Amino acid sequence: MSRLEPFTELVSRVVPVPSENVDTDRIVPARFLTTTGRRGLGRALFADWRVGPDGAPNPDCPLDLEIHRGARILLAGHNFGCGSSREHAAWALVDAGFRVVVSTRLADIFRGNALRNGLLAAEVERAAYERLLERVRRDPAVELAVSLERRELRLADGDPESFEVDGFARQCMLKGVDQLGYLLEQLDEIAAWEAAHPPRVDTRSLPSTA
Amino acid sequence: MTAGPRTLFEKVWRDHVVAGGGELPSTLYVDLHLVHEVTSPQAFDLLRERGLEVRRPNQTFATMDHSTPTLPAGADGRFPILDPTARRQLDRLVENCAAFGVPLAPLGDPRRGIVHVIGPELGLTQPGMTIACGDSHSSTHGAFGAVAFGIGTTEVANVLATQTTLYRRPRTFEVRIDGRLQPHVSAKDLILAVIADIGTEGGTGHVFEYRGEAVRALDMEQRMTLCNMSIEAGARAGMVAPDDTTYEYLSRRPYAPSGRAWQEVVAGWRRLPSDDGARFDAGVSLDASRLEPMITYGTSPGMAVPVRQPVPEAGSIADAHRRETFERAVRYMGIEPGKPLLGRAIDVVFVGSCTNGRISDLREVARVLAGRKVADGVKMLIVPGSQSVKSQAEAEGLAEVFLSAGAEWRESGCSLCLAMNGDRVEPGQYAVSTTNRNFEGRQGAGARTFLASPATAAASAVHGRIADVRELEAGR
Repeated sequence: MSRLEPFTELVSRVVPVPSENVDTDRIVPARFLTTTGRRGLGRALFADWRVGPDGAPNPDCPLDLEIHRGARILLAGHNFGCGSSREHAAWALVDAGFRVVVSTRLADIFRGNALRNGLLAAEVERAAYERLLERVRRDPAVELAVSLERRELRLADGDPESFEVDGFARQCMLKGVDQLGYLLEQLDEIAAWEAAHPPRVDTRSLPSTA
Repeated sequence: MTAGPRTLFEKVWRDHVVAGGGELPSTLYVDLHLVHEVTSPQAFDLLRERGLEVRRPNQTFATMDHSTPTLPAGADGRFPILDPTARRQLDRLVENCAAFGVPLAPLGDPRRGIVHVIGPELGLTQPGMTIACGDSHSSTHGAFGAVAFGIGTTEVANVLATQTTLYRRPRTFEVRIDGRLQPHVSAKDLILAVIADIGTEGGTGHVFEYRGEAVRALDMEQRMTLCNMSIEAGARAGMVAPDDTTYEYLSRRPYAPSGRAWQEVVAGWRRLPSDDGARFDAGVSLDASRLEPMITYGTSPGMAVPVRQPVPEAGSIADAHRRETFERAVRYMGIEPGKPLLGRAIDVVFVGSCTNGRISDLREVARVLAGRKVADGVKMLIVPGSQSVKSQAEAEGLAEVFLSAGAEWRESGCSLCLAMNGDRVEPGQYAVSTTNRNFEGRQGAGARTFLASPATAAASAVHGRIADVRELEAGR
């Protein structure tokens, strides 16, 4: 996974999850965090929402509805991804086939985790969000076209809505490169910085007292 | 940018920018990288895939906390890890730390404990540092005047390989708290009041600096509680300027400098506090003397009220999405809007976590429990934040108070804060918890959580119902 699949354009149906403050514990409950891998977390995605306590599918959860099968865009409520920093939330969405999360605001750590995994974190104005949500609720089969190049969302028959995304992350996604490669190119500068700043702590020194 | 008064955050930030800024994110140097078993295995794999080493193992420290059992090792010395995937994850950390030369406090090590408890108590956490950890509650370390933030696993790999991370400079946010806290009102009540005031996303994109008379009066452990929950208001980090309270706490800690080196670092730390006239990008102000013990009623830490006050009603919420979220929360919690929570029966009380699992929290709980019993039918679990806190609580006789009251006393770890180690609240049960998150299913699928201070948790354990600690203690 040294390279990400470049992202340019995508057209897909949309799954609406309009609750506010959907936290990463809901996206991936903690009991799934004992995994040591990055793949296969799709089954953990919204695990306690998709299925009720009795083990039966929850009709309130749109994720498994036939109409949304294969959808790659999540339309999420304000402050989606808040709480824990678990990258498993982004991995689970990607594993379940999602490539885009659209919201009025995405929580900081989740937003970064998403973008580092090729999951476009697109933020839109409240009015644009309401228009999209209203349309998807009325017509769940409607398709949304996403252009990262133009920072634009467009319903089949609608006007384009623009979205915000971090400029650096956008370039990385368009080119399919990741941050580690970028940081490794700066090793000379990092070494120079270290030469001028001695370490503040030595974790390998044995404690002076018990 | 060069001249003029600067904030604490700006000073620490500027000291650590290696490159970038402007259009590009900054390449920020990380002084201390804390690692645990849950968010690191995939990061070490990324290093292996690219043939990379850990750049600065001597600035990295690992512990086990999230998936560790809270029951002690058996007579055979084996730890009771029931879940084979959890065992595999713990084994992987041991292998990874050995392979990459990272110091580790494994099960059985007296230094082991919750990552945000041991960093400060070992003296690894120091003023003016940048600290990163694959855990959102890394904001805890900001109590020392460090810039400390939670990162995802890909970033953990970036820091392991380069000792830097890419970061957009956050904006600054002054949380000004004047006045003094009333008796039985703690830092936990304070931070719950702050989050209720500004909302769970009010701090997005910002770093908090907690300032004012009430903050200066807090001891280090209370300051950690305050900074710990900054993330629950959406902030990237929370900070308190270092002062004599900070230096007193840090002096003679195992990894802190000593002798002449100590004098030198303290002289540097004294230059860190925000300059007079420094400007913040945003701010809020609270009067500590008006605060009461707080409790959450919903499934987001911002859904909190003073313990005697009624839960809001849906009609009072104008925004449609917010109202829908509120209605979903009260449905999940099975509570009645418009009524207070005081007196509501509970099943479980949990004391512990990186928010409230330190020695002063346990002393507070012991003060309330002394000579009293946990109510029939209530399970009370007390989990120290670290093995060092555990030994100290035992040496001070606190553990004896807990056991005589009928509470369970365990080994350190995250335990019921996120219920991934086997400890959990059963579906539908109500728990009063000193932790940081009341999310749906956080303490187990279907579990229902009320967040509160250690004193409120202890008083509620005695009553078997949500209680006002002031009332209970008035009867002493």
